Formats: sequence, C-alpha cells, structure tokens
Amino acid sequence: MFELLGIPPQALFGQLLLGLINGSFYALLSLGLAVIFGLLNIINFSHGAQYMMGAFVAWMALTWLGIPYWGALIIVPLVVGASGVVIERLMISRLYHLDHLYGLLLTFGLALVIQGLFRNGFGVSGLPYAIPAQLSGGQNLGFMFLPNYRGWVVLASLVVCFGTWFAIERTRLGAYLRAATENPTLVGAFGINVPRMITLTYGFGVALAAFAGVLAAPIYSVNPNMGADLIIVVFAVVVIGGMGSILGAILTGFGLGIVEGLTKVFYPEASSVAIFVIMAIVLLVKPAGLFGRTA
Amino acid sequence: MSVTANTPSVSAAATMPIGTPRHHIAIFAGLLVLLLIAPFVLYPVFIMKILCFALFASALNLLLGFGGLLSFGHAAFFGSASYVTAHAAKVWGLTPEVAILLGTIAAAFLGLIIGALAIRRQGIYFAMVTLAFAQMVFFFALQAPFTGGEDGIQAVPRGSLFGMISLANDTTLYFVVLAIVFGGLLAIYRIIHSPFGQVLKAIRDNEPRSISLGYKVNRYKLAVFVMSATLAGLAGSTKALVFQLASLTDVYWTMSGEVVLMTLLGGMGTIFGPLVGAAVIVTMQNYFASFGAWVTVLQGTIFVVSVMLFREGIIGVLSRWIRKPL
Repeated sequence: MFELLGIPPQALFGQLLLGLINGSFYALLSLGLAVIFGLLNIINFSHGAQYMMGAFVAWMALTWLGIPYWGALIIVPLVVGASGVVIERLMISRLYHLDHLYGLLLTFGLALVIQGLFRNGFGVSGLPYAIPAQLSGGQNLGFMFLPNYRGWVVLASLVVCFGTWFAIERTRLGAYLRAATENPTLVGAFGINVPRMITLTYGFGVALAAFAGVLAAPIYSVNPNMGADLIIVVFAVVVIGGMGSILGAILTGFGLGIVEGLTKVFYPEASSVAIFVIMAIVLLVKPAGLFGRTA
Repeated sequence: MSVTANTPSVSAAATMPIGTPRHHIAIFAGLLVLLLIAPFVLYPVFIMKILCFALFASALNLLLGFGGLLSFGHAAFFGSASYVTAHAAKVWGLTPEVAILLGTIAAAFLGLIIGALAIRRQGIYFAMVTLAFAQMVFFFALQAPFTGGEDGIQAVPRGSLFGMISLANDTTLYFVVLAIVFGGLLAIYRIIHSPFGQVLKAIRDNEPRSISLGYKVNRYKLAVFVMSATLAGLAGSTKALVFQLASLTDVYWTMSGEVVLMTLLGGMGTIFGPLVGAAVIVTMQNYFASFGAWVTVLQGTIFVVSVMLFREGIIGVLSRWIRKPL
C-alpha cells in the first residue's frame, strides 16, 4: 500500500469521510441559521436544541408509534417545524421592533428550556436509533470502506442544501423572500403577506435543523446535549462564511468539516479547536466573512 | 445598535447631573453595612458566592449595559482566571493575593486577544465570536495538562494573606472577599461615571455619530472589553479561593449564559441590577440544586420571561418607579 506523508490511506480517507459527514451537518445547520437570519435578522440560538428535538422526535416516532426512519425523515421536520411556527408567532414576532440581541437572548432561553426538559425526561446517557435496514452494510471502494448510511447522509445533505439554494435563488417564491429581506415594507405593498412569510421561513429553518437531527440519530446517540456544543461550532462556521449568502453557508459548512477531518489526521490535538483558529484568522484577514457583505 | 436604548432607566442615567448622586452613596453605604453584618447571620460561603457572581455580572454589565456589546463568552475570563489562581496557589504555593493577581492578569491578557478579534464584528456576530472563542478556551482547559481535565484543580489551599493572616476560617476569608468585590464594584462605578464612561455610552447609543465626532471607537471598545474581562477574572480568581476549586463548569458556555441572565434579570445598564440578579440566581440555584435539570428549565424560563415582559430588569423597573437612576 502507498502512504501519503506517512499517513496510511485508510486513515486519511476515513477521516476525510468523517469530516465530510460533520460538514454535512455544519452545512445543514448553518444554512438554516442563514435562512432565518436573512429574513428575521435574529440568530436562532435554539437551533441546536431543535436539531436535538429532531433526533428525539424520530426516536419517539419509531419507539412509540412505530413510524420507521423513512417516514420520520418527512414527518419529523414538519412536526418540529410546526413547533417553530408556534414559537415565532407567540414570542419572536413580538421582538422585531427591538434590538436583534433580544432575539438571541430569547432563543438562548428557549434552548435551555428545551434541553432541560429533555434531560429530565430521558436522562443524559443517550438512546440508540438503529440504521434503517436498506442502508446497513457498506461498500468496499478499494482504498477505503464506505458504510452505506454515511454515504446517504452526505448525499441527503447535499440534495437538501442545493434544493434550498435553488428554491431561494431560482424560484418565484424565493424571489419574494429575497425581496422581503431587502425591503419588507415594499414587498408588503405589493400584496404579499410578509408576516406570514417570516413565520413560515422560521418554521422552514427549524425544519432544516430537525431534518439534520433525524439524519444524525443513527450515527450519534440520541441525547439531550447533542446540539449544545455542535451549535457553537456552527456559529463559528457562520462567522467564517458570513450569513449574506446561501451558497456561502453550504460551501463553508462542507469545507470546514473537511478541514477539521484533515486536522484529525495530521495534528489530532488541534482538531477540536481548528475551526475556531480559522475563525480567528478570517476575522483578522476578512472580518466580514468569506462570503459576507459588510454590514 | 444598543441593547438598552429603549429602556427609560438608561436614558435617565445618561442625563444624570455631574457628581455622585446622594442616593448612590447611601445605597453603597447601606450595602456595605448589610454585608458587614451578613456573615454573622447567614452562611459566609453562600454570601461569598453571591459576591463573586455580583462582581462577575457587574463586569459583564460594564460591557453590555454601558458599552452595548453582548459578550456570550465571559466564562472564558472567569474560568481561566480561576484555573491560573488555583494552579498558582496549589502547585506554585504562592500567597492568595499573588495568586489572585496572576489570575486577573491572565484574564486581562486573554481579554486583550479575544477582544481585539471580536470587536472587528458588530451586534449578533460579536456575541457569536465571543461565544466561539470561549468554547475554544473550554477545549483548551479540557485538554491542557495543568487543568486536571474533568476533575479540575481540587483542594486549592486558601493560604495566608501576605503570608501572615490565615484564610482557612470562612469569616476571615469573607472580609477579604468583601474588600475585593466592593473594591471592584466601586471601580466599575468610577469607570461608568468617568469621561471614558460617557464616551462609551455615546458609542453605545450612536456609533456612527461618535466616529464622526472624532472618537477612536474601536480603542474605546477594546479598552472596555479588557476592563470587563479583567474584572470578570478578578471574580473568577476570588471564586477559586472561596470554593478551593477550579473546574470546567467555570469555563463552559452555560456559565457565560448564567452571567448574562443575572445581568438581564437585575437590569442591563443599571448600577445595582447585576448585584440583585446575581443574588436572585445564586439563591435560586441553591434552593433548587436537588432538582437536577429543572434548574436549567427554570433559568431558561426566567430568560424567556425577562425578554418578553421584563426587559428593564428588577432594578430597571424600580428605577422607573422612584424616577431615579439606580
């Protein structure tokens, strides 16, 4: 077998795959944050908690109602997204006239409530969620072994990410959305119900987080803290990419996942801080973020 | 882009007459008398915990309430100062005042680095950047050899002040902690009411205008960030000696959230709000400690209720009732 810089290829490609998987989640979550930020101008701090909810609701659906993985993949984002719609209507919508920081504080409080409730109900040890039978096993690619489910995660994430990009950048509905981001009053004057669009946008962002949660359930153990630390890394991803661009959020997410994976191969001690170091460098060199517009 | 621009208490504070208002002197004096009696009535360690968090929250309030900058990563300064002090006292065997000084200097230095990077972004990005850097400090504390990983640094000796006065007794330590915290609070009061503090409020209320008036806005922001980090470090160092412990809890994001909650609940941009907020939250944690994760739910609920209905905070509302800045 050949070796690359003293690293066996299995280890290299294995970590690359792991990085790609992490990147899939970074991309899905930072995309949701960017979509919500674009229209609502708030940072959804409860995004990590809603990702965790996605995984838990999938587990509940399977355990209590017998709804299999494929059903959960569609139903769970709808259910969790609906909870997001309720939160937006009852609380967030009352804060738009205030400083954006209040939205951050509110959603932080909501994240604490959600995480606390799930910790009370299910403990912290984590619940198992089986990989669906159709996706068990894996492919031997010669240079590495690819578990089918992990391949599916990357594929599903790519499809959903670029689907979202297409819907926002290339369709009529997306055009309304982008127009409302620029000037909500004017769009309202054209007869478009902007408040409803804002509500649904928040619901959609939350549904993206829940979708990521369902994807994550079979890989990571389903536990109440699974979103808490992840969301902070995603914040760093968002700072690096800048939230001005949908495509930017997706590319930064995947890119940083891969960079993190490579750090694990070449300098494992630094892998947990790699993204934060990159954030520091980006702040020094290009403060607005790689794809950001200066505020 | 100010957090507190629409709370009446702040606009009242902005138009305050020159000189120290009499009711502020009266409150500080009354507070000091109460705190001098307190250790003979209540459990000293409990009050010391409130005092440390009161200083921590006041340090954050200096940045948030008066500088208009929401740091979601202040645990980094509190926690790293706590680690440095614990290490200095336990491993190097230094006296408590030197250990506290070292911890505070470490926090100031860290504040300078993180602050210089974070002020390059505004608003919610600033909050995310500080949070992310604090998480980096957390990972560092998790892996670094001298922090003791999951165990933290335990059984930190309290030592003898200046090598003479033993601090092993809770009551003796209490008066030292009281002197440190009260000194810190007075320093914050002085900063807020200095010309520097006035410029800070101007930047908070209208940054472009301050720039056009010729103020080097970023220098002011960095200065207040470093001051806030230093005072948060002082609180963390003192806490390490009180509990004889420095652990990962001190540097985790939940700690950053807690101190924001204390400031929000007490009243952002008020002088005495963070003290009240710290007292309420610490007391609550004490009484509900046995309920496990319900404390998190309760804290989250207080966050939500404060933001939805009670943005002025306890002291903010009080200040509106008596029509005087508090």
